[in-house]
Amino acid sequence: MTTTENLNKSSAAEIVSAGTSEGGQELQLRADMSAKAVLRESGAVLRMSESQVASLADTQSDDQTMIINMGPQHPSTHGVLRLMLELKGETVLRCKPVIGYLHTGMEKTGESLTYMQGGTNVTRMDYASPLNNELVFSMATEKLLGIDGDIPERAVWIRMMLSELNRISSHLLFMATNGMDIGAVSMMLYGFREREEVLRFFQKVTGLRMNHNFIRPGGVAADLPAGWRDDVLGLLDALPERLAEYEILMTGQPIWRERLQGVGVITRDEAIALSATGPILRSTGLAWDLRRDLPYLRYEEVEFDVIVGSYGDAFDRYSIRLNEIRESMRIVRQILDRMPQGDYRIQDKKVTPPPRGRIDESMEALIHHFKIFTEGFKVPEGEAYVAIESPRGEIGCYIASDGSSTPYRMHVRAPSFVNIQSMPLMMHGGLIADAVAVISSVDPVLGEVDR
Amino acid sequence: MTQPAGRVADDVRFVAKTDYIKTLTALRSEGFEMCADLTAVDFLTHPGRPLAAEVANRITLERFELVVNLLSLSQRRRCRLRVQISESDPSVDSAFDLYPGTEAMEREVYDMFGITFTGHPDLTRILMPEDWVGFPLRKDYSQGNIPVQFKGAAS
Repeated sequence: MTTTENLNKSSAAEIVSAGTSEGGQELQLRADMSAKAVLRESGAVLRMSESQVASLADTQSDDQTMIINMGPQHPSTHGVLRLMLELKGETVLRCKPVIGYLHTGMEKTGESLTYMQGGTNVTRMDYASPLNNELVFSMATEKLLGIDGDIPERAVWIRMMLSELNRISSHLLFMATNGMDIGAVSMMLYGFREREEVLRFFQKVTGLRMNHNFIRPGGVAADLPAGWRDDVLGLLDALPERLAEYEILMTGQPIWRERLQGVGVITRDEAIALSATGPILRSTGLAWDLRRDLPYLRYEEVEFDVIVGSYGDAFDRYSIRLNEIRESMRIVRQILDRMPQGDYRIQDKKVTPPPRGRIDESMEALIHHFKIFTEGFKVPEGEAYVAIESPRGEIGCYIASDGSSTPYRMHVRAPSFVNIQSMPLMMHGGLIADAVAVISSVDPVLGEVDR
Repeated sequence: MTQPAGRVADDVRFVAKTDYIKTLTALRSEGFEMCADLTAVDFLTHPGRPLAAEVANRITLERFELVVNLLSLSQRRRCRLRVQISESDPSVDSAFDLYPGTEAMEREVYDMFGITFTGHPDLTRILMPEDWVGFPLRKDYSQGNIPVQFKGAAS
């Protein structure tokens, strides 16, 4: 405490007078770096073979190349992502993502929120798939509480349905932004139009379009509203036709294929080495999907295919997401058939507040309700890591508990944060116009990158 | 939720700091191809942690704990390493050479906890500004009463 404060005082003046540089976080001039560091960056953090190094030996000097900033305020960097690119003509030689512009210390905030309030915090990380964030946080909490096997069936299936619908809405958003980045601007409107219909259903169920805080430790916040089945069926009936339109507008179109095929190629070994997950890993041909390979909820009881690509390029990642929408719809249809009756949250007095009706009748219920929402419930000492498949890859939640009602440490393994590392590799040697396609195909959500 | 074939307890291993890279190398050849996550915990205000007797004899608990989640795609299993790092010498060898994907994660741990990674190619802050003072996720870095450090802001 004291050392930090002293440091703060002594350097406050220097900080104010400092320029707008991010210092060592930025892409450095070649002249300022060791030859080894230049080679490492050119090879985008992967160790290269000797022949690859030899081909880079005719390293250009700085006066032949140019370092430019793309972002943080660039329309196609999906939020506040800043890429520093070293260009020779139009060719990208090196690239370095500079992140942190959206950092608000959400992991630190999470340490002062109770487990009941924690959902409101994590749901704002990946704002394009908030329900998956809530789900992973709730599952980690339940694992620490030791109630992860006792969640009522109906709650589990509601969670699964919302998670899949959220995957659909997130991928529709990708269709919109990807289309706009590549130049198919009308796609922007179509993608958002369809996504809005999914969000309208979320609003009906949870009360909010985004940042729902609906999936909570112990179950979900409320039961599904009357008429939910018709709404979901309406969605499932309308979407296939719209997806067929996307195929006509984009998939078969020569310009679209020219812009994406062979762009941003990554191999299987590179993707694994860089810890890339989700559509990036699957585009290399590896069928890795946590829903199938390490099943959670009841994914082992529904039928679906894991979509894989074969070339690891931006077009594969686009097709994977488009077809994952179809697979998610297939899963939702099976969920509609199998949705059980019963409780939507666990009847464990420790984590579940008493129903509204009881509060009017019983003083104890009122006190209990008040205690759960102010003090929260205590979670046994221990630590747990739970990972699920979000639309962007493996989202994990690590919680260390000291036995109190707030997490001692709450860490979210954000797929976008890790996936961004593969961008320099995908961009290396490509054109600057392809850099836009690469950013788009990684589909980062900066709220999750910076947390 | 429940695991399909009966619930299996997490595979958690306590590793001494000196054996960290050796253990990672062994696990990598054992089939853990991917480092899914790397983070740290500052146990300043909660020094005692429940440990199995076997572990308690072998491991001295320290202030910082590095938590590494490895994933085996081929065997479909996970493994978690917990490495104790002392307050007096908050440094550990970098896993970058084994798992290049840990580059950003190690930078984040450095940024938030001030743990340095020996051999990391580019150990700079990643989320906070480069001239930031202090390490936000340490427990002695309190919330709420921190002087404004942003550039150009009145202090």
